[in-house]
Amino acid sequence: MPTKITLLLLFVLNTVVSFSQETPTAYTGALIYTINGDPLENGTLLIQAGNILDVGTDIKIPKNAKIIDVKGKVIMPGLVDTHSHLGNGSGGDRSSALHPDVRLLDALDPMAADLMKARSGGITTINIMPGSGHLMSGQTVYIKTKKGKTIEDLTFCKNVSSEICGGMKMANGTNPIRDKPFPGTRAKSAAMVREQFIKAQEYQKKLINSKTTPSEAPKRDLKMEGLVEVLDGKRIVHFHTHRHDDVLTAMRISQEFGFKIVLHHVSEAWKVADEIAKAKVPVSMIFIDSPGGKMEAVDVDPISGVVLEKAGVDVAFHTDDPITDSRLFMRSAAIGVREGMSKQKALEGLTLAGARMLELDDRIGSLEKGKDADFIILSGDPFSVYTHIEQTWIEGVKVFDRADEQDKLYAVGGYKVYPETTTHVHD
Amino acid sequence: MIKNILVFIQLILVVQWSTAQIAVKGETIYTVSGEPIKNGVILIEKGKITKIGEASKVKIPNDFKIYEGKVVTPGLVDAHATVGFSGIYNKPEDQMQLEKSSPIQPELRAIDAYNPREELVAYLNSKGVTTVHTGHGPGAVISGQTFIVKTHGDTVDEVKIDDATMLAITIGPSVNSNFKSPGTSAKEIAMLRTELLKAQEYQKKMVNTEKGKQPSRNLKMEALVDLLEGKTKALVTVNSANLIMTSIRLAKEFNLKLVIDGAAESYLLIDEIKKSKAEIILHPTKARSYSDMKNMSWETAAKLIDAGIPVAIQSGYEPYVPKTRVILYEAAIAVANGLSFNDGLKSITINAAKIIGQENRIGSIEKGKDADIVIFDGDPFEYLTHVCLVITDGAVTHQECN
Repeated sequence: MPTKITLLLLFVLNTVVSFSQETPTAYTGALIYTINGDPLENGTLLIQAGNILDVGTDIKIPKNAKIIDVKGKVIMPGLVDTHSHLGNGSGGDRSSALHPDVRLLDALDPMAADLMKARSGGITTINIMPGSGHLMSGQTVYIKTKKGKTIEDLTFCKNVSSEICGGMKMANGTNPIRDKPFPGTRAKSAAMVREQFIKAQEYQKKLINSKTTPSEAPKRDLKMEGLVEVLDGKRIVHFHTHRHDDVLTAMRISQEFGFKIVLHHVSEAWKVADEIAKAKVPVSMIFIDSPGGKMEAVDVDPISGVVLEKAGVDVAFHTDDPITDSRLFMRSAAIGVREGMSKQKALEGLTLAGARMLELDDRIGSLEKGKDADFIILSGDPFSVYTHIEQTWIEGVKVFDRADEQDKLYAVGGYKVYPETTTHVHD
Repeated sequence: MIKNILVFIQLILVVQWSTAQIAVKGETIYTVSGEPIKNGVILIEKGKITKIGEASKVKIPNDFKIYEGKVVTPGLVDAHATVGFSGIYNKPEDQMQLEKSSPIQPELRAIDAYNPREELVAYLNSKGVTTVHTGHGPGAVISGQTFIVKTHGDTVDEVKIDDATMLAITIGPSVNSNFKSPGTSAKEIAMLRTELLKAQEYQKKMVNTEKGKQPSRNLKMEALVDLLEGKTKALVTVNSANLIMTSIRLAKEFNLKLVIDGAAESYLLIDEIKKSKAEIILHPTKARSYSDMKNMSWETAAKLIDAGIPVAIQSGYEPYVPKTRVILYEAAIAVANGLSFNDGLKSITINAAKIIGQENRIGSIEKGKDADIVIFDGDPFEYLTHVCLVITDGAVTHQECN
């Protein structure tokens, strides 16, 4: 009997979902930040079947469209967090300093409660990373914060076993410096990484040769396969780095082997902004409320945002949750502006710039015709502390609604709202 | 040579500033003690506030240096930090907030360890925090003493405004991870009660015994007697609801002046806390929700204050990053989650001053109080607002927004 009820419920729910996906919905009257263009006053966002049909101030609304008046609200794309540790995932262990074979997606909990922090913070896409206590701690995974049960429900891939569904996490500076088999110095760190990439180049050569001479095919090696994906430019390296010289080392190695990198954290970015701009390397930043902790983060300064913007560097933000809270991700853009960034670039840093750094900007990051209907509805100005995220939508499905009592609890916390989360502290 | 001249000129400027008579003009002055003053003026002489009022009614003498801005508030008061003990570097030699040789060390004085030249202290000053109640940190049954400093000055004698303010006590799992024993919270309380009973004995002997026959001095006991006599308050860092009740029970048994610190689950115990008359120094709003903080809420400050419980919001202790939090940013998130603007401002000014026993000197803009003033270019809690000018004891100690 209960099974029958469940089935009936599922049927009803499915009907509702498919109905909402097929009927166009128009959100009218809001101030819309499309990100790829100027803000639209009294704009309309038209979505259907999980995609954006149209957006503008003077667009045709189909007769059968459901119209939702959101006058006085602000709509912007779902936020893209380029670096987070939500989802109880894990990367490489202490057996090696390099784990190009380890996939975070094999350990991520798609039903982890802390993903509600991201949803209530307006984050719809996350690059979930393993930690930075390794030179290479493993393969990252790009997910949507959809409510799903399996990793396949969340990723941008159809088949997580055969496709590339994320980047590669690397780190330099003091985090990976530990007892053996880890490096003891910065120079050793660089040497160990270069050694691996040279091996990978040989493996890559054998793979290429095997296309004409099958006998040259190397024995499958998961580590090498991961690295070859990096060398082939199919897997982006997300490089944790703080000090100015470490930043240059990361770029030097990427240039030597020709792989794509995104610099992460980059406490001292303001010291080497021109060098970063010249190398055309994007930067994902985090703002911490005071300097220090690690020696290499003593000179961290939120002016990096404006300095990088002026130098012409593509700048995004990240939470590094639990280092900063996903529910306060919007705050990053505001701090950037407080220190001198333009409002446009700061909002781009929460959305489209991050999407570019994950090479997902064909689907997400801005409100444009044909892109995924991932958007958030705000109570007001995105740069105000008093503004709340009222709703978060992914592919036309609502995943957070502050008007819902339980969802509100996820937004503010409370008794037994979240189970214990990890602390992510590096020595 | 040129450098020397510059230093000399700078010195003259500093001296002038520090002795100068200053007038602060504000479009809105939040005195905290009364209604906000529109287009107000504050006069400052010899480090003290000498006059406040509407610009039309307060004449600024000719030789006063004038600073003006949009929003003026009292210097912010951080009700509980470990800054100056926990330094900017996560290295053992720069982390002096916790001594792990024994779980109960009330004799550890704050004045013997505070580093007034710590760069995070200057950093806090640049964010408008002019007074900090700081000292030994959480993580031991009694980790030591706390005291109160101004955030500008070079030596401890110059900056301290109280020698010993509270004893830092912790009840909860962080103690168990730092010491082999106590390994449980019940053991922590048993150890505390045992020491306090000893201190009662010591206190009795010191009073009763004839002069010359008193017991030999015991630093630990002296510190605990100060606690028993209410000369210092019990700063009990405790987060889970059951242990908050335990702290109230303990304070009642020994008649301690209880300050509940952290207090993550305090929203579950509004009536009980109110009845106990305990004061609350609430965890930073943006604190990480792990261990016994896992049930924290951004709405706690609003709920407690609405119920009439005195609450200050702290920067607290942070083992990783940020190495110090900024109470302005922590209160802002509370204000965005149900706390009124006025109560938000009080939580980092006069409420904090009252809990640390300095409300006659700091925490509001009133005649005779220390000239600790902050000028902002907008709503202090707004993300885009800058701290434009900080005056500490009548001297300009930070300036931006040209």
